[in-house]
Amino acid sequence: MTDDDNDGGRAKAYWRSNIRLMSVLLVIWFTVSFGFGILLVEPLNRIPFFGFKTGFWWAQQGSIYVFIILIFVYARLMKRLDRKYGVDDDEA
Amino acid sequence: MEVQTLTYIFVTGSFGLYIGIAIWSRAASTDEFYVAGGGVHPIANGMATAADWMSAASFISMAGIIAFMGYDGTVYLMGWTGGYVLLALLLAPYLRKFGEFTVPDFIGARYYSNGARVVAVICLIVVSFTYVAGQMRGVGIVFSQFLNVPILWGVIIGMAVVFFYAVLGGMKGITYTQVAQYCVLIFAYLVPAIFISLLITDIPIPQFGLGAEVNDGSGLTVLEKLDRTLVELGFGPYTDGSKDMIDVFAITLALMIGTAGLPHVIVRFFTVPSVSDARLSAGYALFFIALLYTTAPAVGAFARLNFIDTIHDTAYQEVDPWFKRWEDIGLVSWVDKNGDGKIQYAPGAAFIGSPSFDDDRGPRGERVVINERNDNTNEVYVDRDIMVLANPEIAALPGWVIALVAAGGLAAALSTAAGLLLVISASVSHDLLKKTLARGISEREELFYARIAAATAIVIAGYLGINPPGFVAQVVAFAFGLAAASLFPAILLGIFSKSTTKEGAISGMLVGLVGTFCYIAYFKFVAPESNNADHWWFGISPEGIGAVGAALNFATALIVSRFSGPVPASVTAMVDTIRIPAGVEKPHDH
Repeated sequence: MTDDDNDGGRAKAYWRSNIRLMSVLLVIWFTVSFGFGILLVEPLNRIPFFGFKTGFWWAQQGSIYVFIILIFVYARLMKRLDRKYGVDDDEA
Repeated sequence: MEVQTLTYIFVTGSFGLYIGIAIWSRAASTDEFYVAGGGVHPIANGMATAADWMSAASFISMAGIIAFMGYDGTVYLMGWTGGYVLLALLLAPYLRKFGEFTVPDFIGARYYSNGARVVAVICLIVVSFTYVAGQMRGVGIVFSQFLNVPILWGVIIGMAVVFFYAVLGGMKGITYTQVAQYCVLIFAYLVPAIFISLLITDIPIPQFGLGAEVNDGSGLTVLEKLDRTLVELGFGPYTDGSKDMIDVFAITLALMIGTAGLPHVIVRFFTVPSVSDARLSAGYALFFIALLYTTAPAVGAFARLNFIDTIHDTAYQEVDPWFKRWEDIGLVSWVDKNGDGKIQYAPGAAFIGSPSFDDDRGPRGERVVINERNDNTNEVYVDRDIMVLANPEIAALPGWVIALVAAGGLAAALSTAAGLLLVISASVSHDLLKKTLARGISEREELFYARIAAATAIVIAGYLGINPPGFVAQVVAFAFGLAAASLFPAILLGIFSKSTTKEGAISGMLVGLVGTFCYIAYFKFVAPESNNADHWWFGISPEGIGAVGAALNFATALIVSRFSGPVPASVTAMVDTIRIPAGVEKPHDH
């Protein structure tokens, strides 16, 4: 980065977008694991889900699937953001 | 062919493969030795990370722990996978952009202080040695149980193999052997799981089999049957927990942030070519890890069902031969409390401690246990670790599957051991020598010291594997708790808060480290008799205290930073640079 005002402003905007995206994904991360798998496990367990109790399924299966999706979504959306702000690592 | 012969063939074959790869990918420079030259493809790095991460404990112990803990086993499943989300979103891309060799490198540069670097090195070495001792032990156990080699020789053979590819190949050799080891271990894990799922539910995919109906005509699903069987025997239902919710919450959180703070996992992301590759690679790593981690709960549930089916209310003389084979090595045992000659399985430990055997045989031919009996109806002692290893035998699977499991267990243990040894050697030769004590040594000398450090670390690890301190199983809580409470907050603040000062970071790390250490040490060693929910802070066990330690670290760092500083402009400029993916360099020599 240079000291150029434009560049500095762009870097700030890029960072803000990054933080916003990250916060949304981390809220989902918390909801499926600590929310569905732990805090809400008892009420959810009263609902059957393909042979599982729903809370138990989130705790031992579902949360892990969502974790994988979250990382790939982050990687993809960040790539888009990198390009939009011209900070992509492909550009030499 | 006999199982033992097959096992020899599989184990020797896989070792030959690892050594071949090591010779092909020898490291010639420090950046190849530390970070494989920074040119590893994200998918290959994902596999290597998965093998690095999944240790003997994941492969051998986890399904067994889940089998006996039921819902409470969730803490390991979510705790050891959810950390990758934190790693991918919060740490890996920025550390890759930073572009140096080690975790202490980052702490030292960001907090403009060699003091911070040395504190980080200490945290790293404590965490990594704790871990590696367990791996060498795992190698010894697999050798002794499958190949009738004494544990001593098992460990020495394991040391020799790791020595060969870690010392010669460095990170480059380790990366490509870990890719091979991942393939071996995941195949070895999935094949018996698929067999058993078919056997119990007719469904080949264990993740679906876990929710399917048992094919015994009862119309119950696997989990319903397991719940019902356990309740009949006097246990709590499998799908309900027995731990307090706050403790489950704290342990899961501590394991997640501990995972994200483990140096041997973090450095894997220094090896990919770019920032976007680091993000992507974390996704692949978790995908490869999840193949095992979503299978493990199925394996655990099937194994518990099978186990109860084959032994409960069965006459000892008619029990399956696997029971006697594992009894011979002392990992299961039976005490006929009511004298009816049948094995009864019920809640509670059958006797106090792990079994000590008499030389004699009892009236039914069983090994005589001399421990003091507990006053309950349970007659069975079972070591949780046998569930994965004995599963193929319990389910009467073909011999080659059993041989495969042995090779898989060794792959899991060796890949993790090698990754740990590398971060230990890098932190000694690079952070302690090159950056602190012996500045100005040449690259050749540094590489030489890195190899010496790796060799020394292997010898120490081997010694700990052969003579395990009695507390090895208990100190696992240390590794995660300390990584969570010391390294993770310091790295995170280093990236996301420009105003965190060196005073803040160092005091935060020390408060987290010392606080967590004292809490665990108090309940594990000083007053183990009071290690229960009545005495814990807020009902949080020593396993979960790392979460509190991390919170204390954050709080201390933020408060102290308000009253110290300012952070030098060159450092805030560096933080600005690592927040932007563009301009990533291959790790350079310096």
